[in-house]
Amino acid sequence: MSFQFSGEFIAFFILSVMAICGAVFMINATRVIHMALSLAFTFFSIAGIYLLLEAEFLAVIQILIYTGAVSILMLFGIMLTKHKEEEQPSISSWHSIISFCATGALFGLLIWVIYRSPLVSQAPQKAAATVGQLGGSVFKQYVIPFELTSVLLLVALVGAVILAKREGKK
Amino acid sequence: MTLTLTSYLALAAILFVIGLYGVLTKRNAVLVLFSIELMLNAANINLVAFSKYGLFPGVTGQVFTLFTITVAAAEAAVGIAILIALYRNRETAEADRYNSMKG
Repeated sequence: MSFQFSGEFIAFFILSVMAICGAVFMINATRVIHMALSLAFTFFSIAGIYLLLEAEFLAVIQILIYTGAVSILMLFGIMLTKHKEEEQPSISSWHSIISFCATGALFGLLIWVIYRSPLVSQAPQKAAATVGQLGGSVFKQYVIPFELTSVLLLVALVGAVILAKREGKK
Repeated sequence: MTLTLTSYLALAAILFVIGLYGVLTKRNAVLVLFSIELMLNAANINLVAFSKYGLFPGVTGQVFTLFTITVAAAEAAVGIAILIALYRNRETAEADRYNSMKG
């Protein structure tokens, strides 16, 4: 294995460090607003990872939906529910210790499987998937799931409005 | 050093585990929703990585990621709506206080 760092490797390293730092800060921050902002930062870095994987359309969609819409929605959720400014620590310390051990074990298992399985990672195809191919695939091969997705979005819209509407009078 | 599939899979595993830890330990229900979004994003990274470096590279992984993002957005909207309805009834946003089904 040659140890000459390609630009792709450096970009991957920086982006993954950004994503992981954002996620860890999201877990460790004390103020809820800081958690929301660091999670938006993580989503932004994941958009960069998509660019690195030659999925330009998905990177733009990621920025639009996650960094834009979902983060703002979560901020609304934070603002509309009264909470203590500082996030309370977990219920008991043994709870978080057990959670930490369990997730650590799961992480070890995942990494063990990933590095053990014979995933052939050959050189990627020369013809990268273009946005045109993506659109053709969505609108030809996967047209029925696409239409079902539109129904799902409509149901979620109506359901969210009805659920959040104030009950009681009228 | 070249980038292989395992680098992306390891990154996705790290993000997934961080999200899972957040789901298990956070008390504020909004933060639990945050962590779920992080886990969904980790799964999306896996899909896109396989669509480029997998045994059968193609566009299918990206199509699936599009559908996943759509469903995750719908899930976030409905989740926030349920959370606001619960908050109106119980006057708290802490997940461990939601411990009874009928008011």
